[in-house]
Amino acid sequence: MAEKKLGRPVAFRGGGFAPVPRRWAGFAVFVSLILVAEWGTRAGWISALTLPRPSDVLDTFRELYASGMLFKHLGPSLSRLVVGAAIGVSLGISIGVLIGLFSYIRSGLVPLVAAIFPIPKIALLPLFVIWFGIGEGSKYALIAFGTFTPTVVATYGAVDNVDRTLIRMGQSFGLSWWSIVRKIVLPGAMPGILSGLRISLAIAIILLVAAEMLGAEYGIGAYILEAGSLYDLERLFAGVVILSVLGVVVSFGIGLIERYLLDWRL
Amino acid sequence: MDIRIDGISHCYGGVEVLRDISLDVSNGQIVCVVGPSGCGKSTLLRLIGGLEKPGSGQVLQMGDPPVGSLNPLTYIFQDFALLPWRTVAGNVSLVLEDHGIGAAAAQKIIDDVLMRTNLSDFSEALPKQLSGGMKQRVAIARALAVNPALLLMDEPLSALDSQTRELLMDDLIALWTRQPFTAIYVTHNLGEAVRLGHRVVVLSRRPGCVREIVDIDKPLSERAFGDADLEAPQKHLWQLMREEARAADAELVNG
Repeated sequence: MAEKKLGRPVAFRGGGFAPVPRRWAGFAVFVSLILVAEWGTRAGWISALTLPRPSDVLDTFRELYASGMLFKHLGPSLSRLVVGAAIGVSLGISIGVLIGLFSYIRSGLVPLVAAIFPIPKIALLPLFVIWFGIGEGSKYALIAFGTFTPTVVATYGAVDNVDRTLIRMGQSFGLSWWSIVRKIVLPGAMPGILSGLRISLAIAIILLVAAEMLGAEYGIGAYILEAGSLYDLERLFAGVVILSVLGVVVSFGIGLIERYLLDWRL
Repeated sequence: MDIRIDGISHCYGGVEVLRDISLDVSNGQIVCVVGPSGCGKSTLLRLIGGLEKPGSGQVLQMGDPPVGSLNPLTYIFQDFALLPWRTVAGNVSLVLEDHGIGAAAAQKIIDDVLMRTNLSDFSEALPKQLSGGMKQRVAIARALAVNPALLLMDEPLSALDSQTRELLMDDLIALWTRQPFTAIYVTHNLGEAVRLGHRVVVLSRRPGCVREIVDIDKPLSERAFGDADLEAPQKHLWQLMREEARAADAELVNG
């Protein structure tokens, strides 16, 4: 027999450490969790007091929709969310850019931002009521204040991370200060600002419920609080599901904006 | 317009990087500055273009820049410094936008410089789609768009592989032959220096001072890859730099 060199294939040991999107995995996790809850509550090993039956929550939700109350609650909540977050985010981005650009503003405001960041904004609700009244004003203020601080921190971090060589390039071509800010600093900071926005808007949804604790007749938060105080778990969960869906929608929306604005990224 | 560098010295926090550099660059000439790493070549270039203030001495523009020069002192950077969110045409357009020239005139300039750098077909491409050599061509096009009196080139080919480097050197020579430009070209690559330089300024190791100025008389257009006539000056330059480079290499960083 001819002597043939027997080679052993080199074992593959690279790969991994590079997550790729698996489209249906997230959906599958949701569905299986809900199915387990449904099965458990029907079979009886999860008592009705521990967790409401998902199908009952769905019924409650359907009822809410059929009675027209869904949009009666959703409307005011969405307007509070939009107005409050818009004020907080636009102020936050402006102040964040100023902190990123000017030494005195940075030294003056960074400690202040660090001081107000950890304050639970809910604790200041009475103060907001005195300042802005019990109506919509205090609710806008609470949400605006809550989204402001994370937006500031994300924005000035993003401005700090803008490639300095690009700024030097702008200066070397004699671009005006305003041109450099508008055409180099802001677009360069956009990835950081948008990822900060994901956090800020999630906080805005959290604070929406807090804002509606006081003197709100309609709103998702008011609906949840009322259900909670009555231990009506089905309605409580229906409300919570609405908030979750809102969060997913917001995150999806930012994803779309990112894909549109940041298609230049590698 | 000529440039006179008059007794420039510079320190970074107590470390002297440049000592009493004087140099004249006359119109239409490419002056290459070579020296061991850390000798302050790039600092010198930043001082000449006004991106940094010299500790002492001054840089003088002799005479007026040519009419229509939008940015007399213009850089080409080692890392290209292109805005990744702008297309090729957009990156060139950026440096024209602040000068109040009309959209039609700007478009004409953009078309012209992209044609001169063979980039016309790529005007709508984003930097991420381009190779390193193409990116540096865009940066060259951007620099040409402002009609500079003096190009300040900071190791423009150092980030490229050696084949691309040869191609771009040919491009630069072709551009210069068509329309001579004035340039200060900083490099650590002696091959580039003897291919592109009318004069080569050798700096010593830190603190950098002018060690010798070598003139190379052969016309740029007649120099070629592996040119035997360039062998002698390149060897001479290497002998000048060898000891400096060795000593610079053995120094502690920030020492």
